[in-house]
Amino acid sequence: MMTAPASTTTIDLTQRFPGVVTPDARPGYSGFIVEKDKLVEVATAIRDELGFDLLTAVTGVDYLPENKMEVVYHAYKTTGGPGLVFRVQVPRVDPVEVPSLVHVYPSADLQEREAWDLLGIKFTGHPDLRRILMWEGYEGHPLRKDWQEPFYEEEVKPFKSRWPDGKFFMAEDRNPFKDNLKFPQNFDPEKWIPENDEMLYQSLKRYTVKSEDGMTTDRIVVNMGPQHPSTHGVFRAALTLDGETIVGLKPVVGYLHRNHDKIGERNTFLQNMPFTDRLDYFNSMSNNFGYAITVEKLMKIPVAERAEYIRVIMAELSRIQNHMVFVGMLLNDLGAMYTPALYAFEERELILDIFEAVSGSRMMCNYFRFGGVVRDVPDDVLQKIKDLVFDRLPGKTDEFERLLSENEVLVSRLKGVKVVDAETAVKYGVTGPVLRAAGVPYDLRRADPYSVYDRFDWDVAVRHNGDMYDNYLIRIDEIRQSLRILQQAVKTIPQGPINSQKPQYQVRVPAGESYGRIESPKGELAFYVVSNGKPNPWRYHVRPASFVNITCLEQMCIGTKIADFVALLGMLDIVMGELDR
Amino acid sequence: MENEKLSLPQYDIPEDIQNAVAITTLDRLYNWGRRSSVWPLMFGLACCAIEMIAAQAGRYDMARFGMEVMRPTPRQADMMLVSGTVTKKMVPAIIRLYNQMPEPKYVVAMGACASGGGPFKEGYNVVAGIDKFLPVDVYIPGCPPTPQALIAGMIKLQEKIDKQSIKKAPWYNKKVKEDVNFVPVPVLGPDLMDPRRYEEIKAAAAAKEGA
Amino acid sequence: MYGKGILKGLSVTWKRFWDTYLDDISWMIRGKKRYHSEEGIKHRSSKNTRGIFTVQYPEERLILPEEARYVPFLVYDEGAEGKKEVRCTSCGICAKVCPPQCIWIVRSNDPNTGRPIPEPTEFYIDADICMNCGFCAEYCPFDAIIMDHDFEIASYSRNVYNMEKLLKPASYYKSIRPENYARNEAERKAKEAAKAAKAAGAAPAS
Repeated sequence: MMTAPASTTTIDLTQRFPGVVTPDARPGYSGFIVEKDKLVEVATAIRDELGFDLLTAVTGVDYLPENKMEVVYHAYKTTGGPGLVFRVQVPRVDPVEVPSLVHVYPSADLQEREAWDLLGIKFTGHPDLRRILMWEGYEGHPLRKDWQEPFYEEEVKPFKSRWPDGKFFMAEDRNPFKDNLKFPQNFDPEKWIPENDEMLYQSLKRYTVKSEDGMTTDRIVVNMGPQHPSTHGVFRAALTLDGETIVGLKPVVGYLHRNHDKIGERNTFLQNMPFTDRLDYFNSMSNNFGYAITVEKLMKIPVAERAEYIRVIMAELSRIQNHMVFVGMLLNDLGAMYTPALYAFEERELILDIFEAVSGSRMMCNYFRFGGVVRDVPDDVLQKIKDLVFDRLPGKTDEFERLLSENEVLVSRLKGVKVVDAETAVKYGVTGPVLRAAGVPYDLRRADPYSVYDRFDWDVAVRHNGDMYDNYLIRIDEIRQSLRILQQAVKTIPQGPINSQKPQYQVRVPAGESYGRIESPKGELAFYVVSNGKPNPWRYHVRPASFVNITCLEQMCIGTKIADFVALLGMLDIVMGELDR
Repeated sequence: MENEKLSLPQYDIPEDIQNAVAITTLDRLYNWGRRSSVWPLMFGLACCAIEMIAAQAGRYDMARFGMEVMRPTPRQADMMLVSGTVTKKMVPAIIRLYNQMPEPKYVVAMGACASGGGPFKEGYNVVAGIDKFLPVDVYIPGCPPTPQALIAGMIKLQEKIDKQSIKKAPWYNKKVKEDVNFVPVPVLGPDLMDPRRYEEIKAAAAAKEGA
Repeated sequence: MYGKGILKGLSVTWKRFWDTYLDDISWMIRGKKRYHSEEGIKHRSSKNTRGIFTVQYPEERLILPEEARYVPFLVYDEGAEGKKEVRCTSCGICAKVCPPQCIWIVRSNDPNTGRPIPEPTEFYIDADICMNCGFCAEYCPFDAIIMDHDFEIASYSRNVYNMEKLLKPASYYKSIRPENYARNEAERKAKEAAKAAKAAGAAPAS
């Protein structure tokens, strides 16, 4: 369990900056409130003097009733231990301005852009503050509490029109445009000049160098995606090339922005559970896990003992199938079409069978509940899990290695091609296998333990070169470590109830904030939930691993050849459902 | 007269419909060829795309239906499998892809999101179903449809292909203009703007002020 | 030696190629059907599967686990003379708990008194919004709404289901989810017995 920041730090920071930093006294909240003007100075001290080198989450909250906006920062140490929460509060008058932390913590880059896009918080000093999930020209900042979408029905769910007089209607019938659309008054579409990515190309221009040795060379701008077979979904990257070398890159995301945060604030706490399935759709069990422990922390309820084991088993099975598919897809990206991917999908199907048997669905499990899980793992399914983790998967992992790890073509393709070094990775907030392959043994299951991971004997997989080959190998290592955890977990799983709470569809969540994080197969997956004591969260924010990891993409790719781009992107193991939400 | 009986060799064909019979028989051959080689566009949007990949993989093996050749370019594809949530930001790209596909082309809405917006329908960036823009041939409910459900939908599509006739096919009809299925690409403005509906948008936007 | 790794890898694919035939032969020798039989499908979904892995839908189909869920349906008990006794009491819990709010229920009112009676007049599920999460079935206190196993529901138009489409008999529920059905029936009987015992216990006292 995560603990509040140690008391020594509290004294340190408030004494170090008297009058600038004050402890957050609101019930249910922790951390510090920092004066807006001194934010950069305080953040620098937090990074350099206190050693919180990893800024994981930056997000905004719109406190409409108090007429203020807040930006919340969560900083951690890569050596492990509890985190530090600091926040800035500004009056809610346009323009809402907060100094940017990009120059202190580069990992804030995309997250600040997101806060600008969705909440309209202007980060002064940000070098490239464009909209990120929506497009330039879109009307309004959707996550502001006074903004309503065209299909808006009611502030919170359940909607009153569904029962007891639930005459069926389609949302389209109630909209003047017969669609989820709205336009400013007297808007004339024919006079609209589309923006056409002007700003995007403008931001790429800063890399353009005109001439060398008196010869003018042109830079080429290449757009990859959003429809591209190797971008793992609807990801788009705009690249500037000098010959074949990448000299500039901007990720363009938002093509799968499904308004997770906005819908999440309308849902009740429980209703969010199936929505989290659709974040990282390879690992719905891990997503459930992260959300469940976040809300449990807020509710201050224990988790049933057996359920803890079931949770770990499911999360680790999920990690195995994710990494197997990763390897298969990576080989696809490198041109070794299909064979490894087909082998990986075979094992994945067997794992999905287990998910289907316990939860009912192959991919969208919706299996976790606050305090436990929804139903017990029957004995025959537990036997099936044992069959897999003892008899089948270890052998298949070895077979995978025999198939690939020594293949000379693959080795020469991967070895020595830099992905990212440790220092850059930490700076840009990269977490997960990519960070560990660079030599930083930062695994939340060890660094900030949650659930019952501390009861098992396993090692954090680390590799040291940070090249592509290590990034490939670390996935195999992690499969092996997951199998170790699983083998112990299925042996020692206790009998007992599977939920500490009674089944209920309306949970009582006290007011306060909670930041829960888990080690998802892609990196740190965290949820930031603010409750005001009502049945619906006031703020519901997801800090996905994929989204923060691509902050580093530009750094990773500059100087490499365009042919490596697809492989480098593959190494980050992004999944668009999580990236765009 | 059922088609089955018509194609039997011992059946004597009346002279006045002989021409039609030739077409019926040709239709069967033609449709058999088309239904057995529906090449999907390699195009995944969201969660459903993973189930689409799973359906292509070993356990379900869509190759048994001649549907394994996923073409990353729309110019070689017969079918667009809209697998996942269609967002407003993505719609222009989807329409462009659709316009580049050669006739005959089919659109399958896989999953709740592509069919009608799905759980994300209320979202501000989500289009409530691809059928707002494209003519959808088969709707497959489910969130996500399992690979078997997807294949069931593909069989449904094959049934539809079987019912088509070469004689009536619009893509061979010279009278029908070449761009019969051309869909104007929507524009991203303050919100998503469909060029076919500019007048409507203008009228509604003006009316809103009066209200 | 350069190329050793490649050969090693090729040996894996080579082995997997032959696995199919070896498995086929061993099943043939034992006189069992590897294809188009329940046993064969179970084998292909077990840890021992090797070689060809395909389940040839639609000729053969995967054995769905009991908990498998697709779009929900409403259960009715077959009463006398084929009367459909709908279990739903239109309490509205499913409509309230539904995350994407795809359930619409119109509660019935008694035509004489105008007071609500426990039966729905209209019940809609928009299958194009439904996310198959299973909350409705999980929290239904009357086991009236159940997640279906039928996945072959692709159609040529949008899918909005009304009462007529949603109602399925309890015998169908029993056939797809025998264990859940048995558990529900046992619970219901226990409840009725408790009620009867209470009534019997209360009667002499008064």
